[in-house]
Parts: sequence; C-alpha cells; structure tokens
Amino acid sequence: MTQTRARPLQIGRIGELVPRIDAPPKVKGEFAYASDLIVPGMLWGHTLRSPHAHANIRSVDISQALSMPGVHAVLTHDDVPGQKTFGLEFPDQPVLAIDRVLYYGEPVAIVAAEHPEQARRAAERIVVDYEPLAPVADMERATELEDLHPHKPTRGHGYREDDRPNVVRHMVIRHGDTEAAGDVSVEGVYDIGIQDQAFLGPESGLAVPDGEGGVDIHVATQWLHVDRAQVAPCLGLPLEQVRIHLAGVGGAFGGREDLSMQVHGALLALHTNRPVKIVYNREESFTGHVHRHPARIWCEHRATREGRLVNVRMRILLDGGAYASSSTAVASNAASFAVGPYETPNALIESTVVYSNNPPCGAMRGFGAVQTAFAAEAQMDKLAEALEIDPVELRLLNALKPGDVLPTGQVITGSLPIAETIRAAAALEPPPAEAFPRDPLRLPGGAGNTTRGEGVKRGVGFAVGFKNIAYSEGFDDFCAARVRLLADGSAEVHCAAAEVGQGVTGVILQVARTELGIEDVRLAPSQTATVGSAGSASASRMTWMAAGAVRDACRAVLEEQQRRPGEEIDLEQIYRHPRTTPLDPETGQITGERAHVAFAACAMKVVAEVDVELGLSRIVWIGAAQDVGKAINPQQVEGQIEGGTAQGLGLALMEEIQTRDGLITNASFTDYLIPTTLDMPPVESVLIEDPEPDAPYGVKGVGEPPTVVSTAAVAAALRAATGRALTRVPVKPDDICL
Amino acid sequence: MRITVRINGDEHQADCWEGESLLFALREKLGFPGSKNACEQGECGSCSVLLDGALVCACLVLAAQADGHDVTTVEGLAEGETLHAVQQAFVDAGAVQCGFCTPGLVVATADLLQRNASPSDDEIREALSGNLCRCTGYAKIFDAVRLAAGKA
Amino acid sequence: MDVLTPRSLDEALQLKAEHPDAWPIQGGTDVMVALNFDRGRPATMLNLNEVQELRGWWRGDGSLRLGSGLTYAEIEHGELRTVLPALAEASRTVGSPQIRNRGTIGGNLATSSPAGDALPPLLIEDAVVECASVRGTREVPLGDFVTGVKRNALAADELITAVVVAPSGAAQTFMKIGPRNAMVIAVVSLAVSAGDELRASFGSASPKPVLVTAPRAEAAGFPAQVAGAATPIDDVRGTRAYRVHALEVLTRRALERVLA
Repeated sequence: MTQTRARPLQIGRIGELVPRIDAPPKVKGEFAYASDLIVPGMLWGHTLRSPHAHANIRSVDISQALSMPGVHAVLTHDDVPGQKTFGLEFPDQPVLAIDRVLYYGEPVAIVAAEHPEQARRAAERIVVDYEPLAPVADMERATELEDLHPHKPTRGHGYREDDRPNVVRHMVIRHGDTEAAGDVSVEGVYDIGIQDQAFLGPESGLAVPDGEGGVDIHVATQWLHVDRAQVAPCLGLPLEQVRIHLAGVGGAFGGREDLSMQVHGALLALHTNRPVKIVYNREESFTGHVHRHPARIWCEHRATREGRLVNVRMRILLDGGAYASSSTAVASNAASFAVGPYETPNALIESTVVYSNNPPCGAMRGFGAVQTAFAAEAQMDKLAEALEIDPVELRLLNALKPGDVLPTGQVITGSLPIAETIRAAAALEPPPAEAFPRDPLRLPGGAGNTTRGEGVKRGVGFAVGFKNIAYSEGFDDFCAARVRLLADGSAEVHCAAAEVGQGVTGVILQVARTELGIEDVRLAPSQTATVGSAGSASASRMTWMAAGAVRDACRAVLEEQQRRPGEEIDLEQIYRHPRTTPLDPETGQITGERAHVAFAACAMKVVAEVDVELGLSRIVWIGAAQDVGKAINPQQVEGQIEGGTAQGLGLALMEEIQTRDGLITNASFTDYLIPTTLDMPPVESVLIEDPEPDAPYGVKGVGEPPTVVSTAAVAAALRAATGRALTRVPVKPDDICL
Repeated sequence: MRITVRINGDEHQADCWEGESLLFALREKLGFPGSKNACEQGECGSCSVLLDGALVCACLVLAAQADGHDVTTVEGLAEGETLHAVQQAFVDAGAVQCGFCTPGLVVATADLLQRNASPSDDEIREALSGNLCRCTGYAKIFDAVRLAAGKA
Repeated sequence: MDVLTPRSLDEALQLKAEHPDAWPIQGGTDVMVALNFDRGRPATMLNLNEVQELRGWWRGDGSLRLGSGLTYAEIEHGELRTVLPALAEASRTVGSPQIRNRGTIGGNLATSSPAGDALPPLLIEDAVVECASVRGTREVPLGDFVTGVKRNALAADELITAVVVAPSGAAQTFMKIGPRNAMVIAVVSLAVSAGDELRASFGSASPKPVLVTAPRAEAAGFPAQVAGAATPIDDVRGTRAYRVHALEVLTRRALERVLA
C-alpha cells in the first residue's frame, strides 16, 4: 500500500500526469457542448410544463398555438407513435402527460418553431384545462394517501412485497441478532433536503431526421445505449434507426442518467422533418432532471463499553417523487451502506422509498450513501461522546477490513483499507487558527462584512464514508470497446463511455497507449452506431469498466496481429466485472457471493469557523484521504476529490431545492445556491493506493467517496464549533443561532 | 433588428429579435458559441465577456446594447494555435473538467491579471466569486491563476 | 418588440413620454433576467447606455449628484469609497464583479426591491431621488420614493436621472447576510451611521426602506429598537425570526464599529 502526495511529472501512460485531450478546445471555447450545436434549417423546440404538482388534465387545445407565426409543430401524447411511457428502470413516466400530471414541471406538450421566442409564445397559447388535486407532498404520509401508481410499476422485479400505497421499494436487511443489546445506546433522527446536481450545462440536444424515418440525436447524456433503448420504443422505431451521439457534456453527477429532451426532440424532428434543437434554461433544468432523494433517517446504535458496535438499527425513508427513475437502487444502496465502513455483528436496516408529487428523484453522486453517511457518522460521534472515546479511535476500533462481513452477509474479499484511510486523514494537520483582525473574506459571512471576529468559534470534524463501485445486485454490468489497429501502425479506439468531465477519454487513451505500446492512438466519437454499450458514466464505474474493456480489446487486437501481421485489425471486446447477485427480498442477505463488486472509502477532517450569533459558517480547511485503488492520473484524481468534496459541502451548508405542496420555490441560481470561490477551502488530499484485485490495473472509481463523506464531515465540524445537534442538512443559520 | 458588433477585433453583423441577449446573439447568430449559457441570470459567470474592456455577463446585456461596441470573447484570447497564458495555465493545472465554466473563468482570469499582475489569494477568490464551477471545487482553478500570474 | 436607443437625456425623456410603457434598461442586471425568463414582454425597451448625462458623479454645492447610470464598481473602487463608505461597502456585496461592472444605482432604485443593497446606505444619508420627464425634474426623498415591494413613485413618463446626497461624514458601515459567503441576495442587510444621531436602515426586512434613529446616548437600546422596527416575512431565503434576531446582532456589531 502506498500513500501519494507528490505529483509525478512524466507524461503519457498509466499513473502519469496526462494533460486532458479535451482541455485545449475547452479553454479556447471550441469544445462543442450539446447547447452549442447548430445546423442549417434547424428549428427550436420548447416544452410546455405543468404548473401543478398534481392535477387531472381535462383537455388540451393546441389549435391557437399551431396558428402562431413560425410554428411548425405542436405535439401532445396523442402524437407519440410508440410506447407512451419510458423510464430508466421502469417505464412509469409518460413522454408527454396523459390525462394527469404528477409533478411540477412535468412535460405536457412540445412545440417546434423557427425561433425560440416563437416557440415560447406558441406554448403560451396551448390551452390546458387542469383540475388541480391535493398533492401527496409529505413522504411520511405517502403510504396512507392516494396511490399515484396503483398499477405498481416496480412490482414483480424481485423486491419485497408491499401493497401500501406509493411504495416504490421497501427492503429490510436483517443481520445477526437484530434485538442484540449493548452497554450503551445512542439514538437520533436525521433529515436531508433535496439536492440538485446543478451541472452548469443545462439539458440540451439536437435531433436530426435522417430522411429515411430514422433520427440522429446529439445529446449530453451519461449512457448512450440506455437512452437509445428508451427512445426507440417511444418513437416506434427499431434500435438501429435511432442513433445517439454524445455531444459535449457540461457536467452530469447522475442528473443525465434519465432522459430529458431526447424523445421530445426526436418527435419534433421526425414530425417536421427538420433538425430540432432543445435547450433548457436554468429554471427549466430544475424540473428537467431527477434530484438527490430527500431523506429522514431514524437511528439507534448500540455498542459495548469499549466502543465496539453491537447492533445498528436504522430506518430510512426516501422521497422518490413522481416517478421511479433509479429509486429502487438508491433505496438499496442507502440500506447497504447505512452502517458506514464499520463492522457490526448485528443490524436491522429498513429502507423505504415512496412515490409522491414532489420533484422526481434518482441518481446523484453518492447514490443513497450520502444521506446515510450523514446520519451514521453523526451517530458515531454521538457514540464517541457517550463513551468518552476519541471519535477517530472509535472509528478505527470498528473499521471494516478485508475478511469482515457486511450487514448483507457479504464477505469483503477485495481491497478496503479503511483503517489506513482513517489514519491518513487523521494525520493531516490543519493550519493554525488565524488571528483577528483579518479581511472579512476570510471570516464567516465573507463578502457580507458581518463580523470582525465577534461570535466566531472554531470546530474540527471528522467523518468516514464508503460506497460501492459499479453496478450491484445482479445487474449485468458490462462495457464494450473496439480497437482498430491500422496498417500504418496507428490505432483508433471506439468506446461509448460518456465523457462527462471526469476525464474518461484520457483514461481510455492512456490504457490504449500502455497496452498497444504506441503513441499514435485516436479516440473515435462516442456514439451508439459503431460500438456496443459502455454502460453509464456513473456509480464510480466508468474508469474501471472502460479501462477493462479497452485493455481487453487492445490485447485481443495484438493477439490477432500475431496471426495476421501487417493487416488492419478491428475487434470489439466486452468486459464484465465479477458477477453480483440480488439481495434476498425478505432478509436483505446476499444470495450468491456478493451483491456489490467492490468498495471505496474516503476519510475527511474539516475545520470550520462559525459565527454562532448569526449562524454563518466558513469552512477553513479540509484534509482528505481516499482509497483510490490505483491512481491512473493523479492530477485528475485530486480534481475528483476536490470537486466531490465541494458538492458535499454544498449539501451541508446551502444546497436545497425547496418545495411548497410539491411546487419548487427556488428554481434558479439566485436561490438554489452552490459553493463559490469564497466558500470552498483548500483541500489537502492523500491518495491511498491499495490495488483492487478484481479491477484492471487495480483501479477504483474515485468520483463518489468524497461526496459521500464531506456532508457528514462538514456537519461534524459545525457541531464541534457550535455545540448544537444539527440533525438536518443543509444546516440553516436558524439551526445555529435561534 | 440588425446589430453591428466588433468582436475580437473584427466587425460582425447579425439580425436579432429585439429581446435577445448578447449571449444568445453571440452563440446563435454571430458564430461565437464559446461563451456558455449556464444560468442566463448573471449568477454563474459562464458567459463572461469583455464589453468595451469591462468584464460582464453577456446574458445580462441586451444584444441591442452591444450595437456599435467592442466585445472580447474567449475565442479572442488565443493567437491561432498558441494558447493565451491563462488558457495554457488552465490546461497545465488540471483546472478543466467538464469545462462548461472554463470559458467564463478564462476570460475573468485574463481580466483580473490584466488589472493586477500578481493577485493575492483573497483577490483571486473575490475576483472569481462570480464564476461558478460545479466540477473542480476551485482548487485547480486557483492553481491555474497562480500559474498564469507566474507565481506557482 | 422595439429597442429605442436615445443619445441624449432630452431624447430619452422625449421617448419615455412617447412610450410610457417602455422598459428602461441600463445595466440590465434585473431587466435581462425578466426577459430571459419570460417574466414580461414589453412592447418597447428604452436602452439608456448611450445617454452620457446619466453616467458618473459630480460634486455640487455641498452635495453629490450620483448619475443613475453609476455602476457599483465605480462606487466600490473610486473616490466615493471615502465619501460614502457604507454605500461603497454595500456595492462590494452586490452580486459578482461582472454584476458590479454593469449594475447601476438607478437600476437598484427603479427595481425598488426590499433587498436592494444600495437603499439602506443611501437612506441613512438622506438621499433624494431625481426624477425627470419632459414636464420637468422633481426631487423625491428616498423614503418617499419607494412606496412598497417593487413599487415606487416614478411616473410613467419619468426616468431616474440621479441620486442627490449630502455626505454626512458620519462613521458608517454596511453588513449583509446571505446563505453563502459571496454572491447573495440579502437575507437581511443593515446600514448604520453615528453622526449627530444614530441612524440605521435595513434591507429584506420591510416592504420599503425604513429609517431608524436614536440619540447617541441611547446606543444601548438601539439594537433592539432597530430589530423592533423590522417587519420581515418568511420566504425561501430566510425566516422572519432569524431576520429579527440577526438585525439585533448586526446593529450591536455595527455600533461597535461606528462608535469606536
């Protein structure tokens, strides 16, 4: 195992500093994002969305809209030629609302016009007669209220039977003696608000009809092939007539796993026989993608007097909003990682995700583990306090290690250096407290000039988080890559992995150059037509999966070259990680060797200064140690740690989609705030390299662990500074000073 | 309406709907998509350009207000294939992930360094506080600014 | 939609008289958000960028005349910093550098938002708003100019041409609370001065700006007095209870600064 802090300076292959191939065009403004695409004769699409969270639609009259200047098409659900609904896992969401709407901002009709203003004006003339209904807005009452999906879209997929209204998935993990008592017990209830991915590039795409009934969709997405699998049936087209091309992606973080404009753009393009571009504005973007699930988590931790966990009992309630998206997997992940990276002989974890008329929720960086880490790490601190044990020591005492058993019964067989990661983070020394007076920019309240030191208290928090890498629970998780070795000695790599900013294109080239032993390697554009599915750029899986697939394809090509020297070789290979199996629906225990393929952890120390009289905070410094397997590109790994930390800090301090009866009340960057340059402290990071035996080159995904832990770690620092319980994030000034 | 704007030194004309922002005109009508459409409400800085030398959000300028004025966009910084020092520093420091904020940050940084060749850390943070980045946590962006300022 | 771009104040006033429904646009930091997010579609926009008379500031006899086109950046970085320090501190808290390069004091007045950052520091300095039309010019005290939430006394044919203020020279400060450390709309803000008397005005805590005064001898009770004068609401940015609490804390801290 190695710890890395210095950056190597060599250029080119695995483990080395590699300048990103997309960086020069990005800094010049030449990189083509989805919203940058323009073709001659292009129309602009616009979406009419529901102003209600829950309503019946009595009628939709598009006649006036159709007669508006510049308008080429106005479509409703009647115009969807194929399957009327779609969904990432369960097709429970209408392409365009059918007789009812279940959330604020649900698409009702779409318009194509010459200019976006004409499209907006036409949409305004669509007359929709709504009958507003009482919304299911309180997740704690959802199982008693009107069933929004009485036909139970998620039933029959091997989940626990639960006939209560609005249950998307209910699961229980029973581990050991679920009634086992300890010497001490601490309880707590924790709440997490709705976080938005807030990627900077709003949902955008361009659909181009091919003149033969098919369509090319250029879109910013995380998974080209699953988009195609959802789009084609709705269009009533065979898969090969729908070609998805990756356009430049302005951030994703889970928010581009579900469809946004893909079907709408294609419908308009096929209807008008013109290219159609759709670009959401920021307000629309808040309704255009799923969010991080809000949660309420009840916890009871029982331990021995020495601090060993005896029994962890947690009940997790997640609000999935109007449609299923990936809620079933999020609920399961929340349960699987609820205890945190600690061994406990006994556990009872219950996790429920419900439908409601709140904003739909699904994948976001951390995927269920963020919410439970916030709760579980607060509990560990509470336990440390009750036992008068140092919080870091308590964590070390219980730290998971290879050979230990998870609450699901899975034995950890791969790399999981939790104790080493904790020690490395704990060893990082924050800078000493800075004296007053100082520039208000370096005080809580920042530019607002609210203190010159009055009320300011300092606190240090510590937390650890972990989660799975790649897909779990029996999902057939694979990635295809195709390598062409040309007669001139150069090579071309095809892989549909989505470059969402994480740098996977660089990884692919590094692997190909390493394996082929040549420098002249090009990466072909990501698209569905030329290569098989890469799976999604999510679950911290893309580096691992793409590296595996490209490695295998390169090796196959080299092998074939031995047989056919001098010829062009073109081979596609599919890589799969070791197989996982589902959890037992009644006990939550593994049904095979493992439900998750691998794990990664991050430990974090945070120093906060809080103006306890005004409830304002400034995070001063963060030290992080992360279990990264093998850093393929150390500079990019650090970038993931810093950026992932910032998102968790945002959830701890400021980020929340606010709703009133299901309606979003802060759908703007004026009122949904993300951290600025004055909110993010320096992040000192240590990379713990303990190669993952099952992964190519020993890599682990690195994107999610810092987000999983940083919310918990920042909250811990605020608690240390204020002495308050702070059981809800984002922490509001009121929670600190009233 | 027709507007004439000097962009990166050359005069360009476009026919605009009167309600269009300079950002929309640049991106969709004038052939300069480098400035980005992230929030269109002046909260993120992704569309930062210089209007008569002043750093502004192009989304908050009515296209008609730029008629007869000088605009410098991110596309105007490099000299052919040779990157501007700020651009090169962003590449070298690893300050680019998804890159949607990058054009605005590059323009804002170039503006900062032109006014203040060796800014303090506080000055860097304050000068870039209007440029949101969702990927990097800003650390490598600060590295890039210091690198460009020759202080790395 | 039409965009009219007058080249002189006379022309601007003439056009505003002819098009009383026209939306004036100067820095555009409020107006463009409304346009971009389809919150309104005026028949006519009146672009004031080319009217030189509205730019900059001048000294008059004992008073300053701040052109309505004066930007926050000009206030923040120029000589005004020493003459109107609370206004300069407030300017530094407005949005981002990009916003401060474009946003103007006239726009802040015209929007008449309870959160307008320039309003409290101007009110404690007894600023007067100069409203002009083809009918003539009138001066309206700031406290009378803003009549409610986003409402003001400007007539349909009038433009704000300037703000006139006689700097008191009193020690003064401005503070603003937001949910993050830069680029926020005020959850609550406060301007305080200590000259012949104590003066305070706050933002985001009443429908229109309120001036609170007390003799210097009554400094001890002033924080509670200021908090008691506020009539805030609960909204997405903060709660009523927090705003009242914060005003009291801020006033106490402000007095420590200005009475030092």
